[in-house]
Amino acid sequence: MNDVTATQALAPISVTALRNGSGARRTLTLSVLRYNPQEPSSRPRMQPYTVEEADGMTLFIALNEIREKQDPSLQFDFVCRAGICGSCAMVVNGRPTLACRTLTKNLGPNITLAPLPFFDLIGDLSVDTGKWMRGMSERLEGWLHMKNPDPDLRRMEEKMDPDLADKIYELDRCIECGCCVAACGTARMREDFVGAVGLNRVARFHLDPRDTRTDDDYYDVIGDDDGVFGCMSLLACHDVCPKSLPLATQIAFMRRKMVKIGWK
Amino acid sequence: MKVIYTDVLVIGGGLAGLRMGIGAKRRGHDVTILSLVPPKRSHSAAAQGGMQASLANVIKGQGDTEDIHFEDTVRGSDWGADQKVVRMFVNTAPKAVRELAAWGVPWSRVREGDRTVIINGQPVTITERSEAHGLVAQRDFGGTKKWRTCYVSDGTGHAMLQTMSDQAIGAKIPVHERTEAIALIHDAGRCYGAIVRNLVTGELVAYVAKATAIATGGAGRLYRVTTNAVICEGMGSAIALDTGIATLGNMEAVQFHPTGIFPAGILVTEGCRGDGGLLKDVDGHRFMPDYEPEKKELASRDVVSRRMEEHILKGKGAKSRFGDHIWLDITLLGEKHIKHNLREVYEICHHFLGVDPTKEWIPVRPAQHYTMGGVRTNYRGESPTLKGLFAAGEAACWDMHGFNRLGGNSVAETVVAGMIVGEYIADFCDRLDNEVDIPTKLVHEFLRREQAKLDALTDGRGTEDASAIKASMQDLMTAKVGIFRRGEDLEAAVEELQHLLKRSRNIGLKERSRGANPELVTAYRVQKMLKVALCIAYGALTRTESRGAHYRQDFPRRNDADWLKRTLATWPRETETLPALTYEGLDVAGMELPPGWRGYGAKDYVDHPDTPKRAADVESLKQRMAGAPRFAIQQALMPYETMLPERFRGRNERIDERMDEPVETAK
Repeated sequence: MNDVTATQALAPISVTALRNGSGARRTLTLSVLRYNPQEPSSRPRMQPYTVEEADGMTLFIALNEIREKQDPSLQFDFVCRAGICGSCAMVVNGRPTLACRTLTKNLGPNITLAPLPFFDLIGDLSVDTGKWMRGMSERLEGWLHMKNPDPDLRRMEEKMDPDLADKIYELDRCIECGCCVAACGTARMREDFVGAVGLNRVARFHLDPRDTRTDDDYYDVIGDDDGVFGCMSLLACHDVCPKSLPLATQIAFMRRKMVKIGWK
Repeated sequence: MKVIYTDVLVIGGGLAGLRMGIGAKRRGHDVTILSLVPPKRSHSAAAQGGMQASLANVIKGQGDTEDIHFEDTVRGSDWGADQKVVRMFVNTAPKAVRELAAWGVPWSRVREGDRTVIINGQPVTITERSEAHGLVAQRDFGGTKKWRTCYVSDGTGHAMLQTMSDQAIGAKIPVHERTEAIALIHDAGRCYGAIVRNLVTGELVAYVAKATAIATGGAGRLYRVTTNAVICEGMGSAIALDTGIATLGNMEAVQFHPTGIFPAGILVTEGCRGDGGLLKDVDGHRFMPDYEPEKKELASRDVVSRRMEEHILKGKGAKSRFGDHIWLDITLLGEKHIKHNLREVYEICHHFLGVDPTKEWIPVRPAQHYTMGGVRTNYRGESPTLKGLFAAGEAACWDMHGFNRLGGNSVAETVVAGMIVGEYIADFCDRLDNEVDIPTKLVHEFLRREQAKLDALTDGRGTEDASAIKASMQDLMTAKVGIFRRGEDLEAAVEELQHLLKRSRNIGLKERSRGANPELVTAYRVQKMLKVALCIAYGALTRTESRGAHYRQDFPRRNDADWLKRTLATWPRETETLPALTYEGLDVAGMELPPGWRGYGAKDYVDHPDTPKRAADVESLKQRMAGAPRFAIQQALMPYETMLPERFRGRNERIDERMDEPVETAK
């Protein structure tokens, strides 16, 4: 591995490239929406950067190369760089997605990058999803409400149907990346809308027999226009979710449940 | 000067930090957690495969106990672990799984009846017991005698972190996101909190606390090729080292995971091999049984990684323009299993390699994965030299992993240590004589000193480039302080790292904007990272033996006579370019499991002079007590139970080990 540069060696590559090497390289232009709210003189603007494409280059590789070699002030967020932590959601050519697992070879030579809308901007491509997610979680009480918060840990665990455990995990796979909210029409109009991420959270606890809450309790937190009745069923959330969560089904399910309570 | 007061300051919002915080909060103490990122984005989320706990629910785990988990862990550590701490750990791990089951983790559950699994490359039908139906399931992992690894599909860490973080929110514990502790406040051997940089505004704030707990994870980013997240830069160890008082233990013990995807280093879980995946060479030959007939692909990680590199050195690696690699074949597990139980693996292969692992083999090569060393603590999780400083999880050297950690023991440690150390932090804060009584003048002095260091970087006349220094360090660590180590390479590495450290004191920034300033972050971090890198390289150079993941080609034997001891590193003066190393011997006469062969890997080692006597004593005691309950024998060999906080004492119930009499609740 001594004969390749650090950037190349870090780049994920396709097996075809591994076997054969690859042909001519493209020059990519990444146009990035720049703005640093901490700097009084800063004004929002598009700034183009050019990079030489490498085999298996992702936006993680490209943006780091730009920051290391061209512009040390460029702000963005990556943590796991493997598509599992949800840090790096941004708008790539108009569509919210995870930048770390976006391969440049699947994009044209001109790539436009902008921060997720809706969330507080920290700077450039970095937004404060964490603050919003915590606020949402506090409002929805997004934690399991335990029957017995202090179980005897020496005893065997309570049983759970294996299929049910799998179903709960299916909804627990959300990585709170914010793509669903960034793509949401309702969120554009209602700043307190809990979003598909919030409704999916509630659906997850609703499904979990370990949670003591009733439909009435859930109605209290999502039974209004900032909750499940605010959704206009545009379903962009479902389309952009990087984890392919069944958001459309879950929102429809929760709406039906909540309508029943509302009619009572 | 902005000062925030709290009882407990937890640095790090991953599993260990959150669990410590929840524990201390439940005991009535005020807790503040600092985190570089929103807590659910912590590197804990990347643990795919699972968490070891001897629940013995699945049929292939039947008969498993704390005793076997203990032996597997000690053998895995190559006898470097503190055996009493391992005992504390294995007894608490089942309680941790059960606690998390009550808190909301959707553990994968046992399904009664027949199912087909792949063992040793062959489909085998096993039958799960009906009384186990619905209990938490276990899968096979490397270096273990029983199927012991509890899991949530292959998103175990993610699911655990979701639940833990949710419960911390429910407990109303504030998490100050996007903040970074850059120095510990301390005076006369007592830690009082930290100087913290806000990563959004760039502002420095002092946090003053009775107890300060480091839970910042590992230091994988010292290496170029690592499975670790980009935030795993060893900053917790670095700020502890910067005190000149706290010690780091066994920093040379660095684990390389066999299956990082090549060449990016992104992890695919050990569950691939645990569930039956095979390692193959350029000819498609399954080579591990040639080297390790007993455990094959499922020997411990240090052994498998070395065998892979050894095989590549023999010219048997698959070739590519990025260098040689090995193939991981999981196609035999079938599409349904891969898409269900190994879905993250499927997604990673799809997105980053363009490979369909249900049909194609995955290119892999060992990559840096885990930092066994860290802030040295006693069994209570407290620094033996800096009072009021605690550490837990990967950031700590508690020391249950010794020189090699078993798969599934890391997320297990985060939660178990979080539970135990959280209680001891609460005990510490309960005592009146541990109230904070430092003058604000001292706090101000620390704040001023840290601001001056940052100003020197932004306003000074330095000429060195921070990113370039960091890249050189990472290349050096991967090339010379990696899986195979040699004296001459290590000498060169220590030399060059010292040179880089000196250069890092002359970094000049191109970017002076206010706020986050990522270049400034790289600059102050690389100064600290280099010191941690030197602890690793210098420790590796000095340790002239091979043990666990530390493998010296020029000293290939484990040498208990000279090296059955823990390396302790301190950095006495800021101006130095090398750490001071001392050693603490392990007490063979107190070991429940005296040193021997691990059951895989090299059979050749040098005994400690006390080993034969201790081995004979243990053997005769076991014979004398033959037929006695296993708990009594264990107690006679190495008592440890009083070291556990009271609420976590007691046995663990299993299908085959029922607690028949009603038990009063542990409080």
